[in-house]
Amino acid sequence: MSFWQKIKPTFLSYSSKGKDAVKLPFDVKRIWFFAIFLISIVSIGPLVSLAIFDYTVTKNDTEKEIQLRMEHLVDHVAGTVSFFLEQRKDVLSYTVYANSFADLNNKEHLANILEGLQRSAGGIVDLGLIDSTGKQLQYVGPYDLLGMDYHDKRWCKEVREGKKRVYISDIFLGFRRAPHHIIAVKQGLPDGSFFILRATVDTEKFKELLSLMNIRETGDSFLINHKGILQTPTLRHGVAMDKIKLSIPAESSSLKVSEEICEHGDKLVVGWAYIQDSPYILMVIQKKKDLIKTWLTTRWIILGILSAGIFVMLFVIIHVASYLINIICKESQKTMMVLNEVEHSSKMASIGRLAAGVAHEVNNPLAIIYEKAGLMKDLFTYKEEYSHDPKLMGLIDSVLTSVERCAGITKRLLSFSRNLDITVQTVNMHAAVKDVLGFLHKEAEYRSIIVNIDIPKDIPDFKTDRGKLQQILVNLTNNAFAAVEDEGHIDIKARRQNNENIMISITDDGCGIPPKNIKRIFDPFFSTKTESGGTGLGLSIIYGLALELGGKIEVESKEGKGATFTVTLPLERGENESPPTDERSWDLEEPIQ
Amino acid sequence: MKILLVDDEHELVSALAERMSMRGINAEWVSSGKDALEKLQGTAYDLAVLDMKMPKISGLELRKKIQEIRPEMKYIFMTGHGSSDDFNAVYSEKNADCYLMKPVNIDLLIEKINQSLEETEIEV
Repeated sequence: MSFWQKIKPTFLSYSSKGKDAVKLPFDVKRIWFFAIFLISIVSIGPLVSLAIFDYTVTKNDTEKEIQLRMEHLVDHVAGTVSFFLEQRKDVLSYTVYANSFADLNNKEHLANILEGLQRSAGGIVDLGLIDSTGKQLQYVGPYDLLGMDYHDKRWCKEVREGKKRVYISDIFLGFRRAPHHIIAVKQGLPDGSFFILRATVDTEKFKELLSLMNIRETGDSFLINHKGILQTPTLRHGVAMDKIKLSIPAESSSLKVSEEICEHGDKLVVGWAYIQDSPYILMVIQKKKDLIKTWLTTRWIILGILSAGIFVMLFVIIHVASYLINIICKESQKTMMVLNEVEHSSKMASIGRLAAGVAHEVNNPLAIIYEKAGLMKDLFTYKEEYSHDPKLMGLIDSVLTSVERCAGITKRLLSFSRNLDITVQTVNMHAAVKDVLGFLHKEAEYRSIIVNIDIPKDIPDFKTDRGKLQQILVNLTNNAFAAVEDEGHIDIKARRQNNENIMISITDDGCGIPPKNIKRIFDPFFSTKTESGGTGLGLSIIYGLALELGGKIEVESKEGKGATFTVTLPLERGENESPPTDERSWDLEEPIQ
Repeated sequence: MKILLVDDEHELVSALAERMSMRGINAEWVSSGKDALEKLQGTAYDLAVLDMKMPKISGLELRKKIQEIRPEMKYIFMTGHGSSDDFNAVYSEKNADCYLMKPVNIDLLIEKINQSLEETEIEV
């Protein structure tokens, strides 16, 4: 059995085509689905909408926060780098201003200045004094660069041509064959010529400045020039002097933050700022998913809680809907069964009225035929010439017999349709059954039929219409006698049902009732014994009598194994009690066919 | 004994009367309540066999009227309908001896008549 089969509500399997099933006035499955759908929409809908709204708002806030944080970071680092460069530029400008050319051309003096600069401002590797021709006159530092000619170097040309007094270079290899930056300051001499003080910026200092930023493991920060050439080493975007693979931001006086997708498909948050009075652009890069990691974690927790909540709500909704629909279904079934019974009773009443009308109309002419035929018989009996004619008397007897048979039928019809007021009296069940069997014990003896009576002593005397009860018992017992073979068995049982009803069942081990006939067995005129003269009114009369007594009659049978008729009657009838009725009244009983 | 049969079906009541006469019972018949009352003005009867349903005067109404002039009479009722109203009406009144369903067996009717009249004698 599948899981669905286990949890499936029973009413979904309900079919109106079963033996005892009734057709419900609505589509149970449709109502069930509609109820679940509607309750789900009104309960889960707002929850999901709220979650989506919260997700959107939180996402926007997080992105704004990321941007603000990146802007703040870039602003801070750009300021630091700019300050670092400005400071070196100012120191060098002051040096050329405060020292004469001769002093600077003194190696020892120049070394003292370098030492002073390294100890104070720091970030300078060497110093070189270059004349107006581009020749390095003096040099202090770790390399052997004294006497080098820089006149054809781009930075030197630009400084000599006077485009800029203070010059900050891109990264380049130079004579030392190692990537480095320089700051050069041009200073005029009284004779109209000039000299240049060149300092190499400590690349490590740049690294320190950039590494001081509070960026995560996946982040990166570096400098590029306006052509996209890396000016400092990077963690993930190439080495110094490589061309960067990201797009080069357009020149702007303010810092910017944007999103880009890297070659691996990851989203990157890129912050950049042009460093004023320098050829550098500061770039700070972080993977977006790293920045929103906290938010992502929170999002998954909220999504989990939401999913669990929806699951629990759906579970509860389905179960509550199933429970309620099940109750509605059961109550509707009961209602429909009652309605069916009412319909059946109404049908029986209509047929009864029709039968009564027919019986009454037929009875009078039938009585005339009967009396006229009787008169003819009398006349033939008293006249000598006819009294010895057996054929004539046989014909008259045949007419009288047929009329009596017709009268029997009309009496049954009237009995079926009559609606006598209930005459309530106290009845002892054991005595009632014994009275009934009094009519039949001869037949039982003759056919060796064993009749078992099982009426416990706790069955109280109860109030009902004795005559009708006896009629029911006589007819049912007669039917049982007709159903069993010789030496058959008939069980008559009585049981209390709760404290309100008494059940009397008459079981035989006779031929039973075919399933196709069970549903119609109480219908008027339904008979399987039409050949032997059955009218099909017997059980319908019993059915009507049981209803009149405030009870009901049910039948269970297996073909070939016998049948059980169970009559349930209320212990208290609640009508006006009256003494036993005159035995002379209504003696219409005939064997039920 | 003298019996009066009253039924609007004169074919029925005439045949019944004739059959009773053949059995030595002095039976007369009329086919309406009005004729029955007229007949009773001049003649005394021991028992009346009345049909319950008759036009103008029903069997029960007729009995009430007869009781006013012949309080000692006994009654047997016949009906082709057998409704609960008929049944209750007969048994709620005094002097209601019997109630028979049509068609009536002549021997049963005579037996009931005899029973009814015997009871009268015992009472007397």
